[in-house]
Amino acid sequence: MSRLAATFEALAKTGRKALIPFITAGDPNPEFTLPLMHAMVEAGVDVIELGVPFSDPMADGPVIQRASERALDYKMSLRRVLAIATEFRKTNQQTPVVLMGYVNPIEAMGYEDFANAAQRAEIDGVLTVDLPPEEAEECVSLLKARDIDPIFLLAPNSTDERIKKMDVAGSGYLYYVSLKGVTGAGHLNVADVEAKLKQIKTNTRLPVAVGFGVKDAQTAKTVASLGDGVVVGSALISKIEANLGDPERAKREIVDLLVAMRQAMDN
Amino acid sequence: MTEKYNMPDERGHFGPYGGMFVGETLMLPIQELNAAYQQYLKDPEFIAELDADLTHYVGRPSPLYHAERWSRELGGAQIYLKREDLNHTGAHKINNTVGQALLAKRMGKTRIIAETGAGQHGVATATVAARLGLECVIYMGAVDVVRQSLNVYRMKLLGATVVPVESGSKTLKDALNEALRDWVTNVDNTFYIIGTVAGPHPYPAMVRDFQAIIGREAKQQCLNQVGRLPDALVACVGGGSNAIGLFYPFIDDHSVKMIGVEAAGDGVETGRHSAPLCAGRPGVLHGNRTYLMEDDDGEIIETHSISAGLDYPGVGPEHAWLKDTGRAEYVNITDTEALEGFHALTRMEGIIPALESSHAMAYTMKLAPTMKKDEIIIVCLSGRGDKDMQTMAQREGIEL
Ligand SMILES: Cc1ncc(COP(=O)(O)O)c(C=O)c1O
Repeated sequence: MSRLAATFEALAKTGRKALIPFITAGDPNPEFTLPLMHAMVEAGVDVIELGVPFSDPMADGPVIQRASERALDYKMSLRRVLAIATEFRKTNQQTPVVLMGYVNPIEAMGYEDFANAAQRAEIDGVLTVDLPPEEAEECVSLLKARDIDPIFLLAPNSTDERIKKMDVAGSGYLYYVSLKGVTGAGHLNVADVEAKLKQIKTNTRLPVAVGFGVKDAQTAKTVASLGDGVVVGSALISKIEANLGDPERAKREIVDLLVAMRQAMDN
Repeated sequence: MTEKYNMPDERGHFGPYGGMFVGETLMLPIQELNAAYQQYLKDPEFIAELDADLTHYVGRPSPLYHAERWSRELGGAQIYLKREDLNHTGAHKINNTVGQALLAKRMGKTRIIAETGAGQHGVATATVAARLGLECVIYMGAVDVVRQSLNVYRMKLLGATVVPVESGSKTLKDALNEALRDWVTNVDNTFYIIGTVAGPHPYPAMVRDFQAIIGREAKQQCLNQVGRLPDALVACVGGGSNAIGLFYPFIDDHSVKMIGVEAAGDGVETGRHSAPLCAGRPGVLHGNRTYLMEDDDGEIIETHSISAGLDYPGVGPEHAWLKDTGRAEYVNITDTEALEGFHALTRMEGIIPALESSHAMAYTMKLAPTMKKDEIIIVCLSGRGDKDMQTMAQREGIEL
């Protein structure tokens, strides 16, 4: 069983939901990422989404755009993100790591070379924002052959037919983008999310994580009651941005927020 | 007999290029757009309305003008200019915006957005939005806002909101990113008018079809005026819409050479250029697979060109396909050479071309002398140079 499937299964047994932080690898500098990953695990997260910076992050709002720019200033690349994941695995064998990013760095490496490198780094899932199932056939079969879960996005306007398509193409979990917009935008509407998750759940057996618009412990708790996992990204990265001169402090604030979310979700 | 050209396939692929590489939220809107486009493409009422707009509003057909003095001076092939500079708003861009605006109206959209580089597409979009009474927001790189300030003012006069984009390299690609972010946020009421043959399917095919009026007219005019097909077509390539518009109706006429001219900026060998077909490699950006300017890690690199409209790291996927199959040839022209083309046309024929079009003129100056006097080149004069007076004056140290 894949690490992701095992994680969601274990959570389901205890009636808990997955807390999934997203951070951009290399932000605000390359040395910060590995200790932050370990600190987040100690704060109680279940899966880590590790953002691969891209020069043209079309689906991201200003906060994650700037995180990418900071990381790219240090020449952070797909290769170097994989190296960080490899380091992480040396001391953590159980927390799944999902790479999240855009398809062009993967194209540049070549799909097969990438799948091999991801396997060597013991990556658990790959979420590629601009690679819908229609264009993903080659990538998906290379990943699945190596027991890496391809993670697909669902949106408020996804039809039954598309949800079923993701159910077939994807594995590990599906990621529901709770609002029409870019990362970091506005606040999600709970009633809308609840209604959409019902529709999604009738079309898939995969766990569904909900992201976009989760900013605080209260929202995390509400969203956790609706889906199988909660993704939080821009709210964490804002802490990095607010403390560029003091990364240690950024780390403490991120840990504090995640601990608060964990507690709110579990109680 | 070879098979008739029939690209793209139904999912928008030109061989390995093109496609629909977008996030899930945009999948439904582009599928809806494609369905609407396929439907109205065959709707006689839609076609009649489009034809009427092109005739009475845009001023088509645009002339095919025999540049006799310039041809004589260069001493080779006869040069014919397809005068897209004479269209309403001063460039070929309006051929596409009137078409997409009619679609927007039929799809019940109330808000129009667009990206722009040189500002010509922004002006052409603001123009059709004004005419239809639709809200209009134009995204433009902050660098381009400065170097094309005249067009910014035109857009504002037309009632559009111009948003300077401060991210990345602050040019056309960043304007496209920002327009995509707006679209994903406002998909329900918003129609995104992309200004070139880029973006996810159906844009590359749809924009081509709207721009193909250039080549259809040119072909007929050439047959009428000269009695035969031309020997070569030359057009500048930014995203590639004026070029594909001219080329497309000639693709099955294998005797006609097709040459796209990319911007070499300081020279392709310096790395400071905008010539992905000549010096890039395939990748995925802005919804399609095509030739890109990128580094080894797949990060898009900054482009350089004197002309804002050619300052783009990608190119329409159909050009990538035409390059690989050898049906079209792609060359490049430096900033300095483009300026020579600019001055030559201005002084020889009394026509001031846009800096983008000047790249096509500069290549024509190299090509014509290598051809025979009874051979024919059709060059796309994609736009007029009024918008570039500030840039030109500055370069020549003149204060306006
Ligand atoms: C006059 C003119 N020609 C050419 C271009 C380049 O676009 P394309 O390659 O799509 O024709 C532009 C773009 O702004 C333009 O304004």
